[in-house]
Amino acid sequence: MRISHWRKMAVMATAAALVLTACGESEETASAENGDTIKVGILHSLSGTMAISEVTVKNSELMAIEEINAKGGVLGKQIEPVVEDGASDWPTFAEKARKLVKKDKVATVFGGWTSASRKAMLPVFEAEKALLWYPVQYEGLESSPYIYYTGATTNQQIIPGLDYLKSQGKKKIFLVGSDYVFPRTANKIIKAYAEANGMEVVGEEYTPLGHTEYGTLVNKVMSAKPDAVFNTLNGDSNVAFFKQFKAAGGTAESLPVLSVSIAEEEVGGIGVDNIVGHPVAWNYYQTTDNPENKTFVEAFKAKYGQEKVTSDPMEAGYNAVYLWAESVKKAGTTEVEAVKKASAGVELKLPEGLVTIDGENQHVHKTARIGVIQSDGLIKEVWSSGEPIKPDPYLKTYPWAEGLS
Amino acid sequence: MIDQLPVGLSIAGALLLIALGLTFTFGQMGVINMAHGEFIMAGAYTAYLLQDLADDKAVFLALPVAFGVAGAMGLILERLAIRRFYGRPLDTLLLTWGVSLVLQQLARDLFGAPNVNVTAPGLLEGRLALGGMTIPYTRLFIMVLAVACVAAIWLYMNRSRQGRRMRAVMQNRELAACSGVVTERVDQLTFFIGSGLAGVAGVALTLIGPIGPSLGTNYIVDAFLVVVAGGLGRLRGAVLAALALGLLNSFVEFWTDASSAKVVVFVAIVAFLQVRPQGMFVLRSRALT
Amino acid sequence: MSVLAQGRTLLTGRARGYVLFAAVALLLLAIAPAALDPFRLGLLAKYLCFAIAALGIGLAWGQGGMMTLGQGVFFGLGGYCMGMYLKLKDAGSGGLPDFMVWSGVEELPALWEPFRSPFFALTMVVVLPVAVAAVLGLLVFRQRVRGAYFAILSQALAAAFVIWLVGQQGLTGGTNGLTNFYDVFGMDPEEESTQRTFYFVVVVVLGALYLLARQLVKSRFGRLLVAIRDGEDRVRFLGYNPATVKTITFAVSAAMAGIAGALYVPVVGIISPALLGVVPSIELLVAVAIGGRFSLAGAILGGVLMNWAHTTLSENWPEGWTYLQGGLFILVIMLAPKGIAGLVNQAGDLLARRKAAAPSAPQALAKEEVPV
Repeated sequence: MRISHWRKMAVMATAAALVLTACGESEETASAENGDTIKVGILHSLSGTMAISEVTVKNSELMAIEEINAKGGVLGKQIEPVVEDGASDWPTFAEKARKLVKKDKVATVFGGWTSASRKAMLPVFEAEKALLWYPVQYEGLESSPYIYYTGATTNQQIIPGLDYLKSQGKKKIFLVGSDYVFPRTANKIIKAYAEANGMEVVGEEYTPLGHTEYGTLVNKVMSAKPDAVFNTLNGDSNVAFFKQFKAAGGTAESLPVLSVSIAEEEVGGIGVDNIVGHPVAWNYYQTTDNPENKTFVEAFKAKYGQEKVTSDPMEAGYNAVYLWAESVKKAGTTEVEAVKKASAGVELKLPEGLVTIDGENQHVHKTARIGVIQSDGLIKEVWSSGEPIKPDPYLKTYPWAEGLS
Repeated sequence: MIDQLPVGLSIAGALLLIALGLTFTFGQMGVINMAHGEFIMAGAYTAYLLQDLADDKAVFLALPVAFGVAGAMGLILERLAIRRFYGRPLDTLLLTWGVSLVLQQLARDLFGAPNVNVTAPGLLEGRLALGGMTIPYTRLFIMVLAVACVAAIWLYMNRSRQGRRMRAVMQNRELAACSGVVTERVDQLTFFIGSGLAGVAGVALTLIGPIGPSLGTNYIVDAFLVVVAGGLGRLRGAVLAALALGLLNSFVEFWTDASSAKVVVFVAIVAFLQVRPQGMFVLRSRALT
Repeated sequence: MSVLAQGRTLLTGRARGYVLFAAVALLLLAIAPAALDPFRLGLLAKYLCFAIAALGIGLAWGQGGMMTLGQGVFFGLGGYCMGMYLKLKDAGSGGLPDFMVWSGVEELPALWEPFRSPFFALTMVVVLPVAVAAVLGLLVFRQRVRGAYFAILSQALAAAFVIWLVGQQGLTGGTNGLTNFYDVFGMDPEEESTQRTFYFVVVVVLGALYLLARQLVKSRFGRLLVAIRDGEDRVRFLGYNPATVKTITFAVSAAMAGIAGALYVPVVGIISPALLGVVPSIELLVAVAIGGRFSLAGAILGGVLMNWAHTTLSENWPEGWTYLQGGLFILVIMLAPKGIAGLVNQAGDLLARRKAAAPSAPQALAKEEVPV
């Protein structure tokens, strides 16, 4: 009995010693511009539920870095990526962001996918005065001075999507979404838009993330008899929804479902048969026709496999790297405030066309495109805004959106 | 509103399929098999692989094959690990949780992280109109499959020698052993059948849900709740619990929304267990605790 | 004569215990802050938060045999109480937390109002988890729901809680959770000195709770608890009411999880449903199993080590980490069911030339004399 005290304490001592050795491993601290390389952070989920989407964005960002390095890098230095795993867990994103900025002292970070991961990282970047490039379409109502948003904000995706439905003569809209911030905010905007444009929202339903039982919801949609469904479901739920929607007799002709979170990559998992003919709203498709995109798609397939497809968030991640590099070139340094200053108005021809960084809100001017899913799994553009749309995250230029933000 | 009835029944069918196997492994052996969800996943991927052989008939062909594949996986798990844990049921939860993590990552490495698709058979396209209700054939197929599985299990348990041995072991392991039943053999068979049923469920679920490495995690909590509410090892209990939960879920969701429906179902189960802590049907056992 | 045996002649067991406790305290309070840079110190503070929750599990599961898969709920209750106070502090009087603004909430919900007071918020960090655990415990344990049933019920509780939290976006911040705090009790959370202060607070709280738990386990109450774990019906036949004992223990363990959650918020700067669901709850339990569920110190060790491994290994090898994690569970459960603490004890036994007490028969496990 007496010895057990000793043992118990030995356990604690081992614990503490292990932790200390573990935490204390010396890591060399280097500044962003160390000798002949510039370190940048790449922070996406490489494990967990979000890995499906984020790994490909990481891949396209790495490809952009390689391309820039092959052409001599920036400021005569090679870019050295430091890749971290956000593990589909928001606190981990904050922790890894802190590590990249404070320990690795990277010049900038490219990362995030979900709104929650961005919100978790935001305080870190604002406190440390470091830069984050966020590559995914999101719900707007945000404009952090230390975040660049290279995906669409609401007036570059949701509103063009609604314009498209309106032009198709769709009056009654049913809203279906996963239960988190993007669908809820998007639907608030949609309701305001509908009221101002003589459309009617005949239903609004949310399901938990990862939900796969859509029998009841499909019944509700069918009995409300809408002209179109606006779909902000996320991930696996889309598969279940489209399978069950089709089984209940829903077709693209009788009741089109406009989705804003389904890109080329997701089509295979849903099954082309189940979703063919339905419209989606993005800023880029693999089929977008211009020389920059041709090179991009070829390079991506050559690097990661011929069967791979390219999609909007991947392209926005790829753009982010180029836009950052261009801003650094213009600033002549990687110093954050100088880069921020130089970035305003930086303009590049990228796979989606002409992209310009907006000096006011650090979003980018992008062309909106509506596409229809084809039987080969690719998406064909059927409508486009023609020219890049100025980002307006708070929808200040839309009179009907007053009181939303 | 009346349309909710077939929806509820079909949810019940799916719940029953995923929970049926657990009723036995949990009921007879007290094993909390967290890898059950991954056996469901194995069934779904079996259907996916068979598409090369049988095109859109893959789902039908996959039913028996998936039973064998998932059953074999269960048998291997039982032989290698679980049999060392009888009498420590809670430890099997941790063990099989580890197994489920490994199997998920294995699926990710073998089939890739993105979802894959299994084409629904052309036969199951369309809907049945029945007195104001419409039921998609895919849903009907799942309900019929669930009923068929229950019937098969009932016949097996009540009409075959092996099945009667299984019931004997469930009711009193020691007494059964004393009477000459080789309980170890029975355990193996139980685990094989229980896991095999998970494979069958996986094939059926390809008709309505996503097929990916994390498929199992979508269903495992629901499956356990059905078993707990029904009572361990009780076929009747599992059927009634699945029906009750399916209908409750579909009607509550109809009146409120999907999130509330889930919360209500969980709360209802906790409340129900206040009244009947052993589930709907108690397995009468003469064993003392 | 072995070194150990010599040591035993120098000090009594009790004194040795205190010496080692002091040594660990010295390590954590003096050496670690000096040796680690602020970032790593922040991580250590985070691991120690999980260790507090693990300590609670060690108490409920290791000592009381209640396998709780819903500990994330209590962690979350504590965390959200703290988060609500901090958000209101940032919003100022009359202001709304940022997420309410973009969720379209115009008036502060009544539920939030009392959390303006730090005193109320800090009280709730303990009271709320205790209340929920007490109600659930009384309902469930009185009905003699135990073992696997209890595990699955608590798992369902965690699942339902997360769905509810996510669904009430205007009230709870939804999937995003609560984040972006500028002012934590008058300090800037991103400052290095603040992080250091948080670290010391976490270490002191952990030390205090450990001593408390140890006292509890060594008391008559603790012996009763172990007796209930090993033979509930027998204890009932002796005239005790196991439901009360179990409920109290469960509530204490919930309080610990709540405190852990509350400390986690300023240390990491976020509380979100992703931390509370079924998976994090199981991971915490597994951490305790690996550390050694029958030893309070082992539970703490497990909580720290598993979270450390999670950060470090997933950093370098994200795909492999899942295999390693899964494989580790399987190996530990099969080969060392008493975890690292059990192995250390065995090693100690060997050193002391005592007969190894490791039981190979599983049934013997629960009945074995259990070191605290």
